Amino acid sequence: MLVEALVLSAILFVIGTAGVLIRRNAIIMFLCIELMLNAVNLSFVALSRYLGIEGQLYVFFVMTVAAAEAAVGLAIIIAIFRHYETVNVDNFNLLKW
Amino acid sequence: MTEPARTTTEALAATAQAGSGFDPVLPGIILLLPLLGFLLNGILALVAGSRSATALRLAALAEPDSEEERVDHQHEVGAPKRATHTLPTWIGPGVMLLAFVLTAANFLRMLGADLHDAVVISYWSWMPTGALSVDAAIQLDQLSMIMMMVITGVGFLIHVFSVGYMKDDPGYPRYFAYLNLFVFFMLVLVTGANFPVMFVGWEGVGLCSYLLIGFWFQDREKADAGKKAFIVNRIGDVGLLMAMFILFSTFGTLNYGEIFAAAPTTLVYGGGVVTAITLFLLLGAAGKSAQIPLYVWLPDAMAGPTPVSALIHAATMVTAGVYLVARASVLFALAPVGAAAVATIGALTALFAATIALKQYDIKKVLAYSTVSQLGFMFMGVGVGAYAAGVFHLMTHAFFKALLFLGAGAVIHSMHHALHATHKDWDAQDMRNMGGLRRPMKWTWIFMWIATLAIAGIWPFAGFFSKDEIIWYVGTSAPFGPLYAVLWGMAVVTALLTAFYMTRMMILTFHGPNRTGEAERKHLHEAPLTMTIPLGVLAILSIFGGWINVPESVRNSFFGGFGLLPMSEWLHDWLLPVTAAADAIRLEQMGAYAYQSPIGGGHVTWGFIATGLALAVVILASRLFLSRDVKTALEEGEPTSGIGKLLYNKWYVDEFYDRIIVQPVIGISRFSWRVVDRVLIDGTVNAVGAVSRGAGWFGSLFQTGQLNTYAFILALGALALLGVLIL
Amino acid sequence: MVDLLFYVFAAVVLGGGIGVVLARSPVGSLLFMLATLFAMAGIFVLFEAHFLAAIQVMVYAGAIMVLFLFVIMLLNLGHDFRKDFTHGAGMIAAFAVAGLLAGLLARQLRGTGDHPLYAFFPGPEGMDALLAERGAVGAIAHPLFTDYVVAFELTGILLLMALVGAIAIAKQRV
Repeated sequence: MLVEALVLSAILFVIGTAGVLIRRNAIIMFLCIELMLNAVNLSFVALSRYLGIEGQLYVFFVMTVAAAEAAVGLAIIIAIFRHYETVNVDNFNLLKW
Repeated sequence: MTEPARTTTEALAATAQAGSGFDPVLPGIILLLPLLGFLLNGILALVAGSRSATALRLAALAEPDSEEERVDHQHEVGAPKRATHTLPTWIGPGVMLLAFVLTAANFLRMLGADLHDAVVISYWSWMPTGALSVDAAIQLDQLSMIMMMVITGVGFLIHVFSVGYMKDDPGYPRYFAYLNLFVFFMLVLVTGANFPVMFVGWEGVGLCSYLLIGFWFQDREKADAGKKAFIVNRIGDVGLLMAMFILFSTFGTLNYGEIFAAAPTTLVYGGGVVTAITLFLLLGAAGKSAQIPLYVWLPDAMAGPTPVSALIHAATMVTAGVYLVARASVLFALAPVGAAAVATIGALTALFAATIALKQYDIKKVLAYSTVSQLGFMFMGVGVGAYAAGVFHLMTHAFFKALLFLGAGAVIHSMHHALHATHKDWDAQDMRNMGGLRRPMKWTWIFMWIATLAIAGIWPFAGFFSKDEIIWYVGTSAPFGPLYAVLWGMAVVTALLTAFYMTRMMILTFHGPNRTGEAERKHLHEAPLTMTIPLGVLAILSIFGGWINVPESVRNSFFGGFGLLPMSEWLHDWLLPVTAAADAIRLEQMGAYAYQSPIGGGHVTWGFIATGLALAVVILASRLFLSRDVKTALEEGEPTSGIGKLLYNKWYVDEFYDRIIVQPVIGISRFSWRVVDRVLIDGTVNAVGAVSRGAGWFGSLFQTGQLNTYAFILALGALALLGVLIL
Repeated sequence: MVDLLFYVFAAVVLGGGIGVVLARSPVGSLLFMLATLFAMAGIFVLFEAHFLAAIQVMVYAGAIMVLFLFVIMLLNLGHDFRKDFTHGAGMIAAFAVAGLLAGLLARQLRGTGDHPLYAFFPGPEGMDALLAERGAVGAIAHPLFTDYVVAFELTGILLLMALVGAIAIAKQRV
């Protein structure tokens, strides 16, 4: 079952990556990033079954960081939306020069 | 520092000295006293400076005065003086008096002792490197003792004079700080026991000279004069440094004692090395002592306050070159070509400067060229091996030239006040504007006449003995007989010219009708006591100072009161321990002096001839200028033709230097600036900058600002990493 | 039984993942995401990570996703989904990158079970013993409050900072 879980994790990670690259809605890009995080979590959990409890600890920390990231990220999205009236990342191009 | 940490060898030497009876009294304190004065006055100057800056700023805020009026306010007399202006009055001359007393005590002790070798006191190891080891050491011997006596004695008098002369100047504490610092460095110069320590003093006095020439630095011309003095002196310093390098490579040490002891055996008589050393030393000495071709800075140095001219540019610093040659007498005795070069340079300078002095109207310029001329005499003296005579003239010259400068200072002081009282913008230093000053300034007049007669070489004043002795030695020197005969002729002519232009100066200044104008005349006044008393002391020294070194034959003649004079050749005997080695070499190589002028006649005969001629010139010049109707500077203007114009413009030497040296240097500098600096260096730097900027612009093209692009590139980067890890 | 459950959950996870990427409206994406998270929690249970499964449901599916939902509702998004996808070259590039990634991972995972390293895997017995001794929560809690206590406290500080930052950024006056 370990190998199957790792394969599932890899597939989920690729799906998340593709989602980040394909979608332009900032919120959905965020969701895809969560997807990638979950894929990694799955690897950790699967391996921790055989290698020890530390894997689960990392998952715990990843979840915390994901929560923090979601809070700040969504706040940024709200701020941007207030300014541009959209969350389409094509419109955000102030990062150049 | 008060308790010298002597090394073993020096302690042994000191013990040996103690046997001969000379134990110096607090020699380090003599040097430290002026330094202390500098520090105290410097602090006061900083306080006063910051306060006057504030006051000026406030005044500018309160009422937008014109610059001229503000200067007037600073001159205001009678306002209560602040502590920063009253304390230096006591500190400045006070430390000098203490230093003089200590020096005199040491001098008396040395007088009582039979000292043959110099006493070297080493304080600490200054440059303890592998091959070169230099101690911060001072050396007390007969030569440095004489110099210290002159420096502290004349220096003290000039400090006292300055109290009166500078009392209304806003920079009063700063002035005394510089003056004290100068005395400190001058003492370091003459007491240093090796070349590097002497060089510290040498550069230090140059610095103080620069600071004091440019003392009124608000005036562009005066600041420029300071820079000129500094730069010209640097040229000479190159020579001194080169000489030090050669000395070190030859002897492996820079201590006086070791070099001069080893020189007669190490160096070949008349050899290339010693000639090179002496010629480089001559270059250094010529820079400091204002000899051809480096004399041009001294006349401009008159931009400084007059007491400064008296102390630095007449009595002490400019004689450092003479001191240097006398100190290195062994080397010059070993190098007849170098010595002859010294004498020739001296003679040329003496005559050349004397001709310029004939046609100058600025009272200080006359004295400046006179100083250059007299320094030439000293160079002649030490150049022909008459070191005692050179130092003798150095000493008497310090007396009467300081007196002349201080007297001129008193005159300028009086003229300045008179012209200032009526707001007349005449030149207070131009003799054509003076005339008839003997009535308001009786004492100054008397004292200056004494100095004039002394410098003119009239018996029995000091200059008669010292100058005639030099002329005497020049005429009979060897080994280039004909050359020295010519130099002798030049010296005699210079002596007569000196009598002429000094008389001219006195007549124009003090005699004839007064030309200042009706309103100004009643403001002319005698200088205050702080100024006249130093004049009086110097006048006494100018009369009697020459009696300490009268040759035996002269002493027994009319000039010595047929043997009444209590001593003969005292200075010569006194300096014998210093010059003995050089004299021995001379005696061995070319025999004794002939004691005859090139055209015959002995001491006494020529004494009569010289004083008679000088007296005749003085009388002739007096009659000539008294009968002449002198016009004021405005009425007369500059001479337009003939030799007068040539002399008035100082043989156009400044213009010549400007054309030959200054302009090419400026041209090269401009080339360096415009081509090397701007095009090559700046171009390279700018090109680097431009390339960076271009690269940045190119890189900025990748910054689309689109989040997608960044995400895409991030993914690519992650892929690349993953690929490297996996594949 | 366990294998069968795993495949069921795996299918839901994959379907949910694809749904997140392809759903037209943000709310749809979010719902697919919820399904994924729940299925993932199930897989966690299969791997005996009961505590993580619980907080996966409570914190992830419960709190974070509700936060997303709030924002989507607040901003009233989801009316212009055509612009929501990249077009043309962007799409091709995205698939190329995803494909490349998939290839690399596949290469890495190929034959994982046969890898000699797996022979040295200790097997699930150790974990079983640990869980039996401490229980699902205690097994995680013990190292968290002993060996990893600094990291744990730092995580708390991180959350506080995120809280303050989010408030500061999302305040009315930007």
